[in-house]
Amino acid sequence: MDTVKTKKVRDVRELSYWGSVFYRLRKNKMAMVSIVVLALIVLACVLVPMLSPYSYFVTNTDNKQMPPSVEHPLGTDDLGRDLLTRFFYAGRISLGIALIVVVLECIVGVIMGGVAGYYGGLVDAAIMRLCEMFMSFPFLMFVITVRALFGNSLVVLVAVLVLLTWPSVARIVRGQILALREQEYMQACEALGISDFRRIFRHLLPNVLAYVIVYATLGMASVILTETALSFLGLGVAPPTPTWGTLIQEARSRIVLVQRWWYWIPPGLGISVSVMCFNLIGDGLRDALDPKMKR
Amino acid sequence: MRAYIIRRILQIIPVFLGILIILFMIIELSPGGPMGNYIDPKMRPEMKEALAEKFGLNDPPVTRFFKWIGATLQGDLGQSIKFLKPVTEVLRPMIGPSLALSSLSLLLAMLVGIPAGIVSATKQYTLADNSLTVFSLIGISMPSFFFALLLLKFFSVDLGLFPLFGLRNPLYNAPNIFAQMGHMLWHLALPTVVLGLGSTATFMRYTRSSMLEVIRSDYIRTARAKGLAEKVVIYRHAFRNAVIPIITLLGFWIPALLSGAVITESIFGLPGLGKISVEAVMYRDYPIILAINAMLAMLTLLSTIIADILYAAADPRIKYN
Repeated sequence: MDTVKTKKVRDVRELSYWGSVFYRLRKNKMAMVSIVVLALIVLACVLVPMLSPYSYFVTNTDNKQMPPSVEHPLGTDDLGRDLLTRFFYAGRISLGIALIVVVLECIVGVIMGGVAGYYGGLVDAAIMRLCEMFMSFPFLMFVITVRALFGNSLVVLVAVLVLLTWPSVARIVRGQILALREQEYMQACEALGISDFRRIFRHLLPNVLAYVIVYATLGMASVILTETALSFLGLGVAPPTPTWGTLIQEARSRIVLVQRWWYWIPPGLGISVSVMCFNLIGDGLRDALDPKMKR
Repeated sequence: MRAYIIRRILQIIPVFLGILIILFMIIELSPGGPMGNYIDPKMRPEMKEALAEKFGLNDPPVTRFFKWIGATLQGDLGQSIKFLKPVTEVLRPMIGPSLALSSLSLLLAMLVGIPAGIVSATKQYTLADNSLTVFSLIGISMPSFFFALLLLKFFSVDLGLFPLFGLRNPLYNAPNIFAQMGHMLWHLALPTVVLGLGSTATFMRYTRSSMLEVIRSDYIRTARAKGLAEKVVIYRHAFRNAVIPIITLLGFWIPALLSGAVITESIFGLPGLGKISVEAVMYRDYPIILAINAMLAMLTLLSTIIADILYAAADPRIKYN
């Protein structure tokens, strides 16, 4: 037993940066449970065409408004479609949009923040003013404004969400780069005559990556909340495509709200649980990346 | 101090101008332009001309932009296309309900969130802390519209305790102003809880982590070593320093609440800025859309400055520069 223990301790010391991060993350029970739960949800969303005998769009009016049963565990909707199947198809869209938005906002944010932090001066001032502008817009109102004027396409939705969220990433990256730029290894880079491009992408950004990953995980949570809220208001993804938000929209009718809980409670829980998982993983990652911040 | 405030106000002028330019460009670039909704394909060209003339859309965009800015600065926000009234007249009655809803939610968040955060931090890892942490996690994770529907189902429909819709019942005749206020507060109760849930959870999380940091500092150990009562140590010594970061949060929160009220106001049918902006957007009533977006953007910029000033006032270690 004793030898095992000492071996484990030595392992930790020998771990790489990311190795030690995952070692600490593994000890965070809540985060690990969240990863498992989220993985199951994602897996079910991806595999739903194979797992479900029902289609998400073919209607069957003989079988409409059925309460949960063995054949339809979450019942059926007004058009007789199986709601469990629609739940997972909706999850695909809700989670998929969030992923696309977060990846794009991180790419834009890292580039803009990196350039601002590295070059400083006028470039920095210009980019930071631009950030302030986008961060000052009333978030939801600006999104619905753009959606209403430019139409209901997915591209517009993703574009406006990216437009409004990249400044947060840019500010994190810029702040970190400003601090890193003064360190001695950057002077060494200068002395060695390494190109700007290589200095930014090879020597500065990897050090910033940790913060961006934490932000991205928490960002997934907030984008899911925004997209579902917009879809709920009828300003998100257009109706034939189900998302968790449009499924809950049914509950705006009084009779559904009162009598048919299986229409809107499951998608509501779907959103809450996945957002909670992303929040817990994000918090866990932040603690794991910086043990000093752990409380 | 005064120089600092003046400089900060001067700094927001270019940012605000940029925001106005972006807003104006969005309307111009949208398919169909500002007249998108009024042009019927069957309409005769003369009619189109007349309409464009009526709305003043015949000038080049740059001219119209400066005209708009000039008018805005004089307090003339233009004519609403849907309501056929000046925008200021349409928006004025909407500001009250929105402001009431946001300030009540903020009050709830501060009165519940901050004490809960303190309890959570001082009793770290106890049952109280764990349950409060779980509550705050649910608070930031549950979508507000879903929470609103749950409350409506249980409290308004099943139990019949609260009204389903609106700010007042048109059939209700209040005997005096207090009864009228009570009547409106009763209508605002559920919306306030819905809008305040996320904020309460966020305030709690901030207070907790800020308190935990302060409690570990040396001067708190000194205060305890002096034999001060734990209450005095926590509320007199620790809380004063822990509350500083929350002031900054407050500055960002007020505009965020007004924007977030879009969902709450739409679900509960409250006649506020959020609800009218959804209606204006559906109708492409662009003078109203522009006015609301510009107004809230200005409010955000001002709140940031106020938060910075309060921050510096609360913490003498911070110097203006």
